Amino acid sequence: MPSLNDYLLLSAILFAIGTAGVLIRRNLITILLSVEIMLNAVNLTFVAFGRELGAADGQVIVFFVMTVAAAEAAVGLAIVIALFRHRESLNPETFRTLRW
Amino acid sequence: MLLLIPLLPLVGFLVNATLGRRLSRSVSGGVATAAMLGSFAVSVAAFLQVLALPPGQLAISLTAFDWITAGEFNARFTLRLDPLSAVMILVVTGIGSLIHIYSTAYMHEERPSEFARYFSYLNLFAAFMLVLVLGSNFLVMFVGWEGVGLCSYLLIGFWYEKKSAGDAGKKAFIVNRVGDFAFVLGVLLLFVEFGTIEFHEIAREAGRLSPEAAFGTLSLATLLLFIGATGKSAQIPLFVWLPDAMEGPTPVSALIHAATMVTAGVYMIARNAVLFSVTPDTLAIVAVVGIATAFFAGTIGLVQNDIKRVLAYSTVSQLGYMFLALGVGAYGAAVFHLFTHAFFKALLFLGSGAVIHALGGEQDVRRMGGLRHELPITYWTFLIGAVAISGVPGFAGFFSKDEILFETLAAGHILLWLVGLLTALLTAVYMFRLVFLVFHGESRASSHGAVHDEGAGHAGHGTARHDAPPAMAFALVVLALGSVLVGYVGVAHALGGLDRIGTFLEPSFSVAAEAGGEIAEIDHEAERLELISTAISTVVAFSGIGLAVFFFLRRRDAAARMAERFAGLHRVLLNKYYVDEIYDVAILKPVAIVSEEGLWKRVDAQVIDGAVNGVGDLAGGLAMVLRRIQTGSVRAYASSLLLGVVVILGYYLWR
Repeated sequence: MPSLNDYLLLSAILFAIGTAGVLIRRNLITILLSVEIMLNAVNLTFVAFGRELGAADGQVIVFFVMTVAAAEAAVGLAIVIALFRHRESLNPETFRTLRW
Repeated sequence: MLLLIPLLPLVGFLVNATLGRRLSRSVSGGVATAAMLGSFAVSVAAFLQVLALPPGQLAISLTAFDWITAGEFNARFTLRLDPLSAVMILVVTGIGSLIHIYSTAYMHEERPSEFARYFSYLNLFAAFMLVLVLGSNFLVMFVGWEGVGLCSYLLIGFWYEKKSAGDAGKKAFIVNRVGDFAFVLGVLLLFVEFGTIEFHEIAREAGRLSPEAAFGTLSLATLLLFIGATGKSAQIPLFVWLPDAMEGPTPVSALIHAATMVTAGVYMIARNAVLFSVTPDTLAIVAVVGIATAFFAGTIGLVQNDIKRVLAYSTVSQLGYMFLALGVGAYGAAVFHLFTHAFFKALLFLGSGAVIHALGGEQDVRRMGGLRHELPITYWTFLIGAVAISGVPGFAGFFSKDEILFETLAAGHILLWLVGLLTALLTAVYMFRLVFLVFHGESRASSHGAVHDEGAGHAGHGTARHDAPPAMAFALVVLALGSVLVGYVGVAHALGGLDRIGTFLEPSFSVAAEAGGEIAEIDHEAERLELISTAISTVVAFSGIGLAVFFFLRRRDAAARMAERFAGLHRVLLNKYYVDEIYDVAILKPVAIVSEEGLWKRVDAQVIDGAVNGVGDLAGGLAMVLRRIQTGSVRAYASSLLLGVVVILGYYLWR
């Protein structure tokens, strides 16, 4: 039976992988996937704590996060498609004109 | 009823100021004159009321409204009529009415709109002057004080198209500002000291103080008030504006710059007689400044060639006499001289106005002469004025000037008395110089009719000279009668009179007597002294006239030779001791240089603009640096986000 610490460690590893993916990968879709990994890492923490403390709050929040993540994925993908149509590229470095 | 006195001229002002453009000359002049006459009638009624007051009661007062109430400070808009202000309102409305009547003829060649503007200013002036003399506290007085200054400015610059007139107006305004600043400081100091600005309350408080106790703050306060008076009443060192004020229309010179406004300083000190009496140091300064001004201006008047400037310096000189009287504690004598002076000096100014009018704007006495036969009314009335101011026995100026000189002697100031006598001699000489140069001898008018522009309008008279038209002649004759008669209200006891005006005015200064101030007591010893003093000043007056007869009637060449012999002195006098030039170098130039080089080019252009532009440049410069952070690269943003989170979390973890 894994302890709370093991869950948190796994969550931290997943979160680090997601963060590294967001920072390093050069494909917008991959970046979105990495963001999803980060979200799920957080979800894992919530659930782990929920079980440890014997409260339902953690699970409830996770459902919320999943809902928001689904919405975010829809909006995010739509933006990515729009951007792709605009520049024929998925590399975020292509989109540097959003500044003063 | 009291409120009506200043209100009537104010209504006249409003009518002429708003509807003036549409009114004909006779209507706007009529409205203004009627307002003044109405105010005069009310003043006479009020005067009679004061005369009939029971002995214990000093004054009638009327509070129009609560004006300013802030904490302990309380200023009510109160008018207060006591003997002193009763005399003043009679002078202001009486002489004012005559001058309004005179002006209807004198200004007749102005366009109707200008004519209405003139009369609106004149009425406004009268309203403010009446507020000044009726105000029962310093603040109400100050309203009038500033108001008359404003009207003086407007009227001096009435012919504003002429640069010299505009400049003279500004000069009068600015010089007066210097005095007014001191005046306000003095009033503030008095409020701090007494907690009130009501004249009679201050007098009551001050009356309890001994001169030793009053030394210090109160001395400073009275000195500041006196500086205010030197501005308004044209005394050293702030007299320079009055001669230039002659750029205004002549009736204005008569009303504002001879009879009424310039006496405001004298009135103000007389009004605070009790207060000034407990600060003998200030009074000493007042006396010395007064007599110095009297003498100084008298010498300048001796050689000036502009008829109105001679009269202007004469006014400065006579005001000096009044301050001398105030300075030796003879407040009654000062107000008496103010009263008589208002008549004969207004007469002289109006007479000179008639001459100028007849000559089509000529003001230089060197181009006059021989007008005696052409302008008989003007000649005789002017002569009466000259006789009155010179101090010939029986005329108004004699009684008042004599009383001042006697009081000076009685107070033990021999030196001041001697200078006063000398000034009396000068007065007689320069006045009769004027009479002889203008009215006697051969005509020296240039052949082509001497058409000079005294502002607008007076051109076109050409050679057809006419004596004063009826309205002007009326004012001249009434004032001439006044110049003969008004002296008799104050014939001294020593001369077998009752000194009615002195007795009448005394309650206004009376707390001073209780405080053991310098009000001179008249006893029999003093009466003998007064007779001697009178005899001497009579001799002086006649010798002055004699000198003038010799130099300016019999032996014109002697005058010229004298001027040549003392060429240096003559030039100094002709240039008015270079006072204007000295002020220019000592004050105006430095101020201009400091303003331009220092305040403008350094402080404003570099410090102020520098600070403002500096703030802008700083923000801009900083932004130029910070804009590099915003790359537009999403991954860079994400990295900094991460970095921030790590830093914050790190801080909380390892704190």
